[in-house]
Amino acid sequence: MQPTDIRKPDYFHKVVDCQWACPAHTPVPEYIRLIAAGRYGDAYMVNWESNVFPGILGRTCDRPCEPACRRGRVEANNGEKPEPVAICRLKRVAADHKDDIRARLPQPGKPNGRRVACIGAGPASLTVARDLAPLGYHVTVFDSDAKGGGFMRTQVPRFRLPEAVIDEEVGYILDLGIEFRGGQRIDSMKALLAEGYDAVFVGCGAPRGRDLDLPGRSEAAKHIHIGIDWLASVSFGHIDTIGKRVIVLGGGNTAMDCCRSARRLGGEDVKVIVRSGFEEMKASPWEKEDAQHEGIPILNYLVPVAFEHENGRLTGMRFQKVRAERDAQGRRTLVPTGEPEQRFDCDAVLIAVGQENAFPWIERDLGLDFDRWGLPVLDKTTLQSTIPNVFFGGDAAFGPKNIIWAVAHGHDAAISIDKLLNGADIRERPDPLLRMTSQKMGIHEWSYDNDVSLEQRRKVPWAAAEKALKSIKVEVELGFDAATAWKEAQRCLNCDVQTVFARSLCIECDACVDICPMDCISFTANGDEAELRPRLQAPALNLTQDLYVSDTLKTGRVMVKDEDVCLHCGLCAERCPTGAWDMQKFLIEMTHAGPGCRGKAAKREAA
Amino acid sequence: MTYIAKPKLHHPTLACNAVGYTRRDYEGKVSTLCAGCGHDSISAAIIQACWELDIEPHRVAKLSGIGCSSKTPDYFLGQSHGFNTVHGRMPSVLTGANLANRSLLYLGVSGDGDSASIGLGQFAHVMRRGVDMTYIVENNGVYGLTKGQFSATADPGSVSKKGVTNTDSPLDMIGMALMLGASFVARGFSGDKRQLVPLIKAAIAHRGAAFIDVISPCVAFNNHAGSTKSYEYVREHNEAVNRLDIMPPRAEITIDYADGDTVEVEQHDGSILRLHKLHADYDAHDRVGAMNYLQAHQAKGEVVTGLLYVDPQARDLHAHLDTVDAPFNTLGERELCPGAAVLEKINGGLR
Repeated sequence: MQPTDIRKPDYFHKVVDCQWACPAHTPVPEYIRLIAAGRYGDAYMVNWESNVFPGILGRTCDRPCEPACRRGRVEANNGEKPEPVAICRLKRVAADHKDDIRARLPQPGKPNGRRVACIGAGPASLTVARDLAPLGYHVTVFDSDAKGGGFMRTQVPRFRLPEAVIDEEVGYILDLGIEFRGGQRIDSMKALLAEGYDAVFVGCGAPRGRDLDLPGRSEAAKHIHIGIDWLASVSFGHIDTIGKRVIVLGGGNTAMDCCRSARRLGGEDVKVIVRSGFEEMKASPWEKEDAQHEGIPILNYLVPVAFEHENGRLTGMRFQKVRAERDAQGRRTLVPTGEPEQRFDCDAVLIAVGQENAFPWIERDLGLDFDRWGLPVLDKTTLQSTIPNVFFGGDAAFGPKNIIWAVAHGHDAAISIDKLLNGADIRERPDPLLRMTSQKMGIHEWSYDNDVSLEQRRKVPWAAAEKALKSIKVEVELGFDAATAWKEAQRCLNCDVQTVFARSLCIECDACVDICPMDCISFTANGDEAELRPRLQAPALNLTQDLYVSDTLKTGRVMVKDEDVCLHCGLCAERCPTGAWDMQKFLIEMTHAGPGCRGKAAKREAA
Repeated sequence: MTYIAKPKLHHPTLACNAVGYTRRDYEGKVSTLCAGCGHDSISAAIIQACWELDIEPHRVAKLSGIGCSSKTPDYFLGQSHGFNTVHGRMPSVLTGANLANRSLLYLGVSGDGDSASIGLGQFAHVMRRGVDMTYIVENNGVYGLTKGQFSATADPGSVSKKGVTNTDSPLDMIGMALMLGASFVARGFSGDKRQLVPLIKAAIAHRGAAFIDVISPCVAFNNHAGSTKSYEYVREHNEAVNRLDIMPPRAEITIDYADGDTVEVEQHDGSILRLHKLHADYDAHDRVGAMNYLQAHQAKGEVVTGLLYVDPQARDLHAHLDTVDAPFNTLGERELCPGAAVLEKINGGLR
């Protein structure tokens, strides 16, 4: 193998699995260390810089970081149940425990005369606004609702996300001199473009829930609701009761929100019914667990056939039993088992079987192209549409995803808008800011805590079930207290503190090989990657994790380190007599919109 | 050294051996030796060898004297029996222990100071008697604990870290072991575990006095230019006479060397030592030839390593003394004091 080029920002970035997996590339280990040090405000600001809504995300994020977390792999075969660090809940700790951080937020910039319109006041639009307002842009945010927040406010139930948290974090952004036009729905893109904005950002979400056109749908319409619409009505207080027996159709996170909300509005016998298998459901595992914890059964492999009704009153639903089979191409299909149909009594049905994007307000003769699924034709990186100064982000761009993706899109779109309006090439994307700092403070002292904790993952305490189920406004998860947060923070392996190898200093004494608890390091003859992987000190079978290969050493061998389950404990560096191993903190900051990302030409001009 | 203990977490694929232990189960406390010390590599090689041989840790007794090397038994086989003796007196304690309980595996760990200076007499006699043991000398040519004076094994002409040249003749522990009757003699290098681990395994499997001299660079006091026991010098001058594979008793034997290059030796316990010759003229069964070969090559400044001599039909101290098969410590008063009539009979036989 060729020697690894550690100067490429991606190499060590990939080693920080959580940060690499996060769409906004939040420096997770950095803020977890700050939480462990009790510096909650600092931890909050590290988050706020990159993901904009730490308090909201700390309760509702889809957490792509956690399945990626190295701790989960490290604990495999090392105890009862391997678990990642509770990254998301630690983020909430930073938000809950911080002091007043308002003085640390940016100020509105000196007006630069440019006007940007953001459609929808959800996470994508608000991120664009936050990134652009301090640069002096006049940002106008439109939303059909009176308050900002979009999906976060209207569809995430209050027992998961209290309104005060939304008010606070949306407020931080709207206070940056944003012109917020609440209650103003945009009905015509043509009319908006005619108002002469320099750029338009569409972050209106995926506002239409899919329906199920089955027999009985129209007859019993009064008791059948589209999930996201129903959640919004609940959120605004238009709906405060539901029948005693409720069926929720669908297996995504919206279905989980629906069933748990129904349970709080008087639903006593609430069940979720999904077409596919329990394992394949789209809902995050923890959301399924939360629903089951509240006594909601999830029945699988049942395809809805018909709604049953009597005099306009819904009485039940019929389902066909299926099983999963793979066809010759390996595709999975659902085939009827031939068993008799199953019938469940019910008083109400909530349909949460997916969302669609709908842009009835965008005239089709504007030159803004849509693909055959009705989604705008976009450049994947710049998020630019076929009208150069119109950009899309969040669920409006590529269909329903989640909040953290919307934030990432917002950052990218803000860069594109800022570059476009400064005459730079928007396809040329800015490099991240990269810093490597040795953590060595003494022979065996480091500026991070390298003693690996053997603690198990902590559970977040819950409000008592009888209290939580009584009102939709009672938050279920209570968040970690400071002592528990510290213990959980100690489980973080500090994967951003990298093992950096200096070939010229190595005397090949084997000390690092002997001390490495995870058998990550080998000194061996070089070879092809496929041939090398299985014959290392411990087989390197996780192909998603890179091998760190040195140049040829004095004995003709190479040093190969498998990054997969490295504990970042620094023992290799402590045992190294020559300092050939060093532990260096790798801090990568994604460049946000501003003069730093406008390209070389603009930089020269600025100078 | 390291300040924190090695974390208990291990690689997810870490395997168990036939007696149900992982390699990590054979570790001891975290080493307090200097970072990069060759001794730590030898500890790692002993751990690997014992794991591969499926040895139950409680069947091992590790004995040592005083010195950096003699500290190391604390850093491996944490579940085994251990005894730290007075300086240089490990061989006699080991002999006594072996006589009292022949059922344990005896591992003597010592250094060039402990065995070649203060304990030289003890070293000589334990070899002469053929005590069934594995005796490892971790040889770095200096007194590390007292800041790097030359030890008795330092080569003439070797330069100390302070710049002083050694003028004394060295004590040749390999030559002495051959001369005094050790039935398994080998030399290894802490920087080459591929060679060292099979040597330790073969020595443990050997019934009789097995001696391994392991060159183990002292990174703090003897790893500079001018040293003959540095990583660099040993790597440059290492002349391995053979490569060793050891197969447990009754294992299926597969041939992967060309005919004529390989010698197979069956030991008492049925294990097979397969020697792949690297030097065609070297015969590991010829005690006198080995001594000559070593002297000749040593004079050229070469460090000869590998399995240098083995007598597969060796007899040990218990055989010499014709003791009973049962370990003495399991014998009861009835067997040990059989009474006046038996004494009378013995006395009668001596008249």
